[in-house]
Order: sequence, then C-alpha cells, then structure tokens
Amino acid sequence: MQSSGALRPIVIPGEAVGGPGLKPGPGTYSEGGRVFAAQLGIRNEHEGLVSVIPLNGRYIPQRGDAVIGEVVDQGPSHWLVDINSPYPAPLHATESPWRVEFGDTARYLKVGDVIMCHVLSVDEIKRVQLTMQEREARRLTGGMVIEISPTKVPRVIGKQGSMVSLIMDLTGCRIYVGQNGRIWLDGDDRSAAIATMAIRLIEERAQAVGLTEAVRELIEREKGRGRGPRPS
Amino acid sequence: MEDIEHIEKEMKLINSDGRRLDGRSFDELRPIRIEAGVLRRADGSAYIEWGGNKVLAAVYGPREAHPRHLQDPARALVQCRYNMAPFSVSDRKRPGPDRRSVEISKVISEAFSSVVFKEQFPRTSVDIFIEVLQADAGTRCAGLTAASVALADAGVPMRDLVTSCASGKIDDVVCLDLNKDEDNFGDADCPMAIVPRTGDVVLLQMDGHLTYDEFQKAMGLSIDATKRIYEMQRDALRRRYSVTLEDILKEAPPAAAPVEPEPEQPREDDFGPEGI
Repeated sequence: MQSSGALRPIVIPGEAVGGPGLKPGPGTYSEGGRVFAAQLGIRNEHEGLVSVIPLNGRYIPQRGDAVIGEVVDQGPSHWLVDINSPYPAPLHATESPWRVEFGDTARYLKVGDVIMCHVLSVDEIKRVQLTMQEREARRLTGGMVIEISPTKVPRVIGKQGSMVSLIMDLTGCRIYVGQNGRIWLDGDDRSAAIATMAIRLIEERAQAVGLTEAVRELIEREKGRGRGPRPS
Repeated sequence: MEDIEHIEKEMKLINSDGRRLDGRSFDELRPIRIEAGVLRRADGSAYIEWGGNKVLAAVYGPREAHPRHLQDPARALVQCRYNMAPFSVSDRKRPGPDRRSVEISKVISEAFSSVVFKEQFPRTSVDIFIEVLQADAGTRCAGLTAASVALADAGVPMRDLVTSCASGKIDDVVCLDLNKDEDNFGDADCPMAIVPRTGDVVLLQMDGHLTYDEFQKAMGLSIDATKRIYEMQRDALRRRYSVTLEDILKEAPPAAAPVEPEPEQPREDDFGPEGI
C-alpha cells in the first residue's frame, strides 16, 4: 500500500493537493490560497494546474461529446434520449440525419432504439441538446451495449484511441465508445465476449501501469483457449 | 417510594475510577469499523459498526430530481432518508418514518448540503439513504459518518468528509460517545458533526441539560474524537481503492517477466449488471 500509494496517490475530498502558485483544476477547489481535492481520485499535476482524476462519478454531458443513447420517448418533432446522465437529452428532428415530417418521428427512431450521437450544446442550467449531424452518428443495430463507469472511459479509449483500436484489431469487433460510459460492440459471440472481458479488465484496473500489455495478454490467452477439442 | 430512590442512588453509570459500564474511560470511543463500497447497485455505499450500532449508507446521484417541481435550476438538492429497521431496537419499531426519523433526515441532509458542491449539478438531486440495522445510541452520528464515506465513494464533489460524534453527561461527568444505557439513564446527550478541515460545525443537537462549561467540555471531547474518526473514514476509502492498486503491483512484475502466471481465474468476478 505504501509503495503503491507513492506511485499513484489516492486523494480523498478535503485533502490538500497543492499550495500557493498552483491553479485548481477539475476535481479540486481552492480556499485561502491552497488547493484541496473535491473528489476521491488520483492527483495529477500538469503545468501548474492540479486536478483530481475521479475514480467514480456520474457522466455530466459536455459539448462535443460522442455518446451512446437509448431513445426513451418521442414527440412530434423530437426524441428524448437517455444518455446515462442526470439530465434528459432531447434530439430535435432537425438535428437528425433524415428529413422528418412533423409527427413522423416514429418512422426513423422508435423507443428502445440505440443511437450514436453527439452533444450539440449544454447551457448553464445543463439543458442538453443532441445532434446526429456528425459523420459517425447513426442508429446502432445489432451488437450489444455494455456500461462502464464514465470516469474510466479515457482509459478504455487510450491515447489517440490506442486501447480501443487494440481491442478492435485483436478481436475483430466493431466498437463505439461513448463518453457517457456506454460501449457498443458488435462481432461474433466469442469475440464480443472476449472484448467485453477486456473492457471489464480495463475498468477494474484503470489506474494500472502497463495496462495495454495486460489487455493484449488477456485477449490472446482467451483467443487461444478452447481452440482445440473442447473438454466434454 | 423510598426504596426506588434508594435504588436509583445505587445505580452508577461511572464508577469512582472513572470507568463506565462497558469499561471505557470518559474520553474513549466505542470500537468503530468502517467499510466503503459494500453495495453494488448504489453509486456509493458504506457500512459502519460503531459499538453496538450497525448502519448501512447508500448514495445515488447526482440524478434527475423527482418530483420535477422540487428541482432547483441553480443547484442540486441534497436529500436524505434516515430509517430504522423494525428489528434494530429491542421493542419492535413500527416501520416507516416517524417524527424522530424525519427530523434526523432533515438535519443530516442539511449537514451534507453545506459540504457538497451543489452548484456543479443544477436541477439534480443527491440522495442519501441511511438504514439503521441495529441501534445502540448514537445512530445519527454513525449514519452521518457512514454516509459521508458513501458520498466520497460515489464520487460526489465535496469540500471535505463530514465527521460526527456525540458526547453527553452521565452522573454529572461529561463523557464521550454514550452507549444505550448511558443515553437512557444519563443526563444529557449532545451529537455534533464537523467538517474536520475547517472545523465548521454542521450539526449540533442536544437532549437534556448541560451548563455552559459542561457544553464546552463536551464539544472539546467530540471535536477531539472526530479527528480520530476522520482518519478511520479516510482509511476505509483508501482500503477500498487500494485493493485494485495491490492487484496492480501483483500484476505489474509478471508482465515484464516471461512467466505464465495464469492469474487467479482471470475474470471470475466479472458478472454483468444481472450477475451474482
């Protein structure tokens, strides 16, 4: 614990994370010239900015985020989408990739459909609007959606998407990772199961060093397993 | 009548050596054990055993506030429900909220709303549930202490953990952390909650009578004790998250070495939301 604590110290709300001269970043607050942690997480310092990377927490939408949502309601000119956040997110018909007649929304998206979309705007009282005008926005058919903690999403994606492309290359699955902690993946049952395992490993070991190698190892081992004649 | 008076005089809550019924001295806490992250479905949770108290706390949110008219466009609501299980006391408690638990819920939610960064989550609510499974005096303090660990476990941004402890007066001696008998037959009980970093008092109640000097002393005892409890809370959180860190240390060296460790049944614990 001691040595691992030194490696990646966990900070607890109220703990001092920086003195004067440092700026409070996300997950921190300053009081009397000193900076304190506001969330349980890992301390991070970069160019005079101290932040705490949270280990847990809800997804709070931000403009431009790619999210995976489920349609939960429809109106004559919009759909209401659950994006796994505390705020309801409407998708207006004009923001969809189709030409939707007034009152004809059900022809394009039905309640229960899963979509890949983007956050168009978030105002100061956190009213969210979604858009599907981006290139990769679509209705997701087939495959499955798994949910992880939104705070672990950056690790699943990796630097410049390295982690997710590693999983895609090794398993042959198609994967979309939403910033809201929902991951859509499609592939044959076996590789989808292996990809799920890999993602669960990342979620659990998000703070680990050498995570990419551990994931590669896991996938390769799982792929190798059961190739030969099955017992029983 | 004389007999009864005679018996009352015989009953000693604290003896001449300054030992109490359970052998503690006046400034001693009951044994406390805190565990974080005990519930899978809640966003954050904690369990505390504080002497004879057993209390479970769960936190949800920030999530959409319902009913809608309660939503505040400027900040989050901090709601709390303190509930005692029917089997938590020796006489069966009638289930459901009563005058006492409504009051406790209110003061606890107010204690937390002064530390949570509510402005970051307008229109939402942070819901805290405190379930008392076994009661032995001081349940609101135990519940509050557990709930603050649960809040941190849920990743809710807040200024500091809230720590709580009671002190009171038995046989004219000011004592820390009264147990059931001391609470029932003592003279006063004074629960309080503080924000350890700043020393702000966020909950202060009193049942019975204390003089000004006694109150000062009780307050001093509680503040002293909250420092110890604060460390236990932090320790509970560190333990919860060091499990993964320890695994990492175990895993890291084999990744470099060419050995096939076949780590303990790779993802045995990997049940999905429906698991277990």
